[in-house]
Amino acid sequence: MPDDPGKSKSETGKGPEIEGKGPAIEDYRGQNPAWCPGCGNLQILRVFKMAMVEMGIEPHELLLVSGIGQAGKFPHYTRCNTFNGLHGRTLPVAQAIRMANHDMRVIAVAGDGDCYGEGGNHFLAAMRRNLNVKLFVHDNQVYGLTKGQASPTTDEGMVTGTQPFGVLSAPMNPVALAVAMDCSLVVRGFSGNQEELKELMKTVLEHKGFALLDIFQNCVTYNEINTFQWYKEHCDPVGEDHDPTDREAAFRLALKAGDRIPTGVIYRHDRPLMEDLIPVIAGAEPLVRQPFSQEDVAGELARFY
Amino acid sequence: MDYTIRIGGQAGQGLQTIGAVLGKLFTRSGFQVFTHQDYMSRIRGGHNYYQVRFADHPVSSSRSQVDILVALDKVTVAEHQDEMAPGGIIIYDSETVKEKYEGEMFLDVPARKIAMDTAGNRLMENTVDVGAILGMLGLGLEQLEKLLEETFLRKGREIVDQNVAAARAGSDYARENCGQCAFTVPADASGDGPPARRMLLDGTSAVGLGALTSGCRFYSAYPMTPSTGVFTFMASQAKKHSLVVEQAEDEIAAINMALGASFAGVRAMTGTAGGGFALMVEGLSLAGMTETPVVIYVGQRPAPATGLPTRTEQGDLLYVLHAAHGEFPRVIMAPGTPEQAFYLTGKAFDLAEKYQIPAFIISDQYLADTEWSLDGLDPSRIEYHDYRLRAADLEKLDDYKRHAYTDTGVSPLAEPGASRHLVVTDSDEHDEDGHIIEDAETRTRMVEKRLLKKMPLIREEISPPLLYGDDSARTIICGWGSTYGVMKEAVDDIGGAGGIAMLHFSEVYPFPGTSKFDYLALLGRAKRTICIENNATSQFAQLMRAETGFQFSDHINKFDGRPFLLDELLAKLKALEKSHA
Ligand SMILES: Cc1ncc(C[n+]2csc(CCOP(=O)(O)OP(=O)(O)O)c2C)c(N)n1
Ligand code: SF4
Repeated sequence: MPDDPGKSKSETGKGPEIEGKGPAIEDYRGQNPAWCPGCGNLQILRVFKMAMVEMGIEPHELLLVSGIGQAGKFPHYTRCNTFNGLHGRTLPVAQAIRMANHDMRVIAVAGDGDCYGEGGNHFLAAMRRNLNVKLFVHDNQVYGLTKGQASPTTDEGMVTGTQPFGVLSAPMNPVALAVAMDCSLVVRGFSGNQEELKELMKTVLEHKGFALLDIFQNCVTYNEINTFQWYKEHCDPVGEDHDPTDREAAFRLALKAGDRIPTGVIYRHDRPLMEDLIPVIAGAEPLVRQPFSQEDVAGELARFY
Repeated sequence: MDYTIRIGGQAGQGLQTIGAVLGKLFTRSGFQVFTHQDYMSRIRGGHNYYQVRFADHPVSSSRSQVDILVALDKVTVAEHQDEMAPGGIIIYDSETVKEKYEGEMFLDVPARKIAMDTAGNRLMENTVDVGAILGMLGLGLEQLEKLLEETFLRKGREIVDQNVAAARAGSDYARENCGQCAFTVPADASGDGPPARRMLLDGTSAVGLGALTSGCRFYSAYPMTPSTGVFTFMASQAKKHSLVVEQAEDEIAAINMALGASFAGVRAMTGTAGGGFALMVEGLSLAGMTETPVVIYVGQRPAPATGLPTRTEQGDLLYVLHAAHGEFPRVIMAPGTPEQAFYLTGKAFDLAEKYQIPAFIISDQYLADTEWSLDGLDPSRIEYHDYRLRAADLEKLDDYKRHAYTDTGVSPLAEPGASRHLVVTDSDEHDEDGHIIEDAETRTRMVEKRLLKKMPLIREEISPPLLYGDDSARTIICGWGSTYGVMKEAVDDIGGAGGIAMLHFSEVYPFPGTSKFDYLALLGRAKRTICIENNATSQFAQLMRAETGFQFSDHINKFDGRPFLLDELLAKLKALEKSHA
């Protein structure tokens, strides 16, 4: 498998001609994915397109920000505005886009290494800021693109090319961390439970606030432990009786490990959005559309006279 | 007439208040003013000073000799006593300093007692001192009274009146008690009458004003001295002028945020010092690949690592020039004065967006903190043009490609979401649509577009160096950035008779060509060419040699974390002259 992306080109140019008809799956067709057959990413991509179409979101209304990794290539395999930046640096870009244009739907797509490893500090800061950015983490518990090294979510003991004695660090639990950080919405999904994942994506997109959607995704090439079958057997949708606004209950669920790993909406806290706290943009036109004139600022020179 | 007042003491004792008031006061009184600060890396205590030089002729540097020393503590007396000019006076308050000094040089001004007697408020001590200085100089108080009113009226009329009373008492005290004060100022600059319409501006505010005037809408940074001043300035303007100013979690986030905001369609800037810039380097390369405009302010301070946090050095020129992996164009502005800082910040924004590249403003602690008097600034001289394709224009296009090949290498920069056209970019090599590619042909064309086609056009935009002095001078001193002021005064001081001129570079990359001004011919005619730099390895001279093949005959370097003072530079130039004689 190549360490780098494929050569296929996407169709480009103008979007659909007919207004008001709503988007179709076709409108979201991008480059042909260079992922391995059987990779969980392919299912996530499929579900994503269905969710967008069902929600009536046009490609140009979306801005996908990604970093580097197999998950980072996601935006190229669909069609929408895209900033595909650096490994781990997805969230700063995504948040700033939102500050500059809060009319834009911004989704950050990352891998577990990308977001929890290289970008860990940004993940913490983003949960605190609570801008209206949606974060999809394709969590295959391994580094895919660089060929199978351990990620922060890899189980202890897993032997890899760079962890010959098995992983010696305790794995990180992103969902529990997010609850601890009072992340506005904390959701876990599994690429194989497509119907559930689609509904979760819609919930995430409709939420007002920073939302983590940690998606278990099987890597057929480098993770022989957490296979499709393994996830299928271990993922356990949260029941109707779970109240996601009950933080203690959410913690208990988030800490569940071993045999039963809960999927679904784990935690929700409708915290004030940062966009509504920045006076310059709160309830105003997005920054990008606010007029500028040199005359308005010229007066600032006066106090230096 | 040319006097230097140095106020020394511990951080937190109010020396900045005194210095700032004096600087403004003298500027309004029609003098030419230059101030600089020397402080330690601590919030309270330590030894710091604020130096105000004012004259009836242009001044642009600090001298080491002091005419009036305001000693707010004993250390100041011990540290600076030997630097007093003939006839210089040290004022101090024996009650607060807890020491009584004997001798003609000392004037004990009981500032605390006067403040209590006149205003019943110890906080007015600093105002008493300012009044005393004006009294010693024989200057009137009208300008000061206006300034006190401007500063304190929002706190109430009573505070204004108390301050005025304290200043008067200080002035009266000095006039009565400083028998040996022999300072004279020209009659037309008495401190009375209408204020002169002049500015007093520091390097930090100049960069901030330049950014504001350039339409900067987004500033993200992580605090690091000496760049924090610009960050604070921008934050202070946020509400009034619709800026989003965000303190990022680190410098990596800061530059990536600036890129995100810029991609979304607003002008964006970040700022840092060397250590923080080290973290930004990956993001700088991202700006290069995605052709996202960004302005980066680098306030240099001595390094390596965290170096001397509050001191000055020109040690990062080659770093800023070479930082980042890969090859892409960039612009580097190195202003030498607050005035240049204002206009060059404007130019950095314009070029960044016009060519979709990163543009740097490199300054240093010295320029950031020095204040200069100047006649004024003209905001309309800052080019403001929105180069982006917005809604209506974008909608009209049949086809849009973010990275389309063009004759100039500059592709249309569109606002994402403003129309049905998609805006796509990538840190991987990409095609015209912004999608990932690997083929050799596209890679070659993209490098040609991004780098080779743009570079000559960008070079054309760069202004030649500034010549100060006679173009047939036998000796030419050469420098860049913040050494401008001291070099200029050295030329003034040595004078035409000495056959010395200055060549100053403030737009250092792309390196200026010679078609507009053949500075290489000028240097070639000179007998001696001296490159003056606030670093140890003559980085500018290295750049000059690499770009033009020209080699300076001599170098003067200073790298103790302090700026060049005028007398010191003059002495070094003289020593050099002798050694060659
Ligand atoms: C700064 C930097 N360090 C390292 C890399 C190499 N790299 C690319 S992807 C990757 C890890 C990808 O793992 P993950 O984020 O889990 O994504 P996956 O490929 O599994 O989807 C690494 C280490 C890089 N591109 N940039
Ligand atoms: S290596 Fe793993 S993550 Fe990458 S494409 Fe293949 S299956 Fe998917």
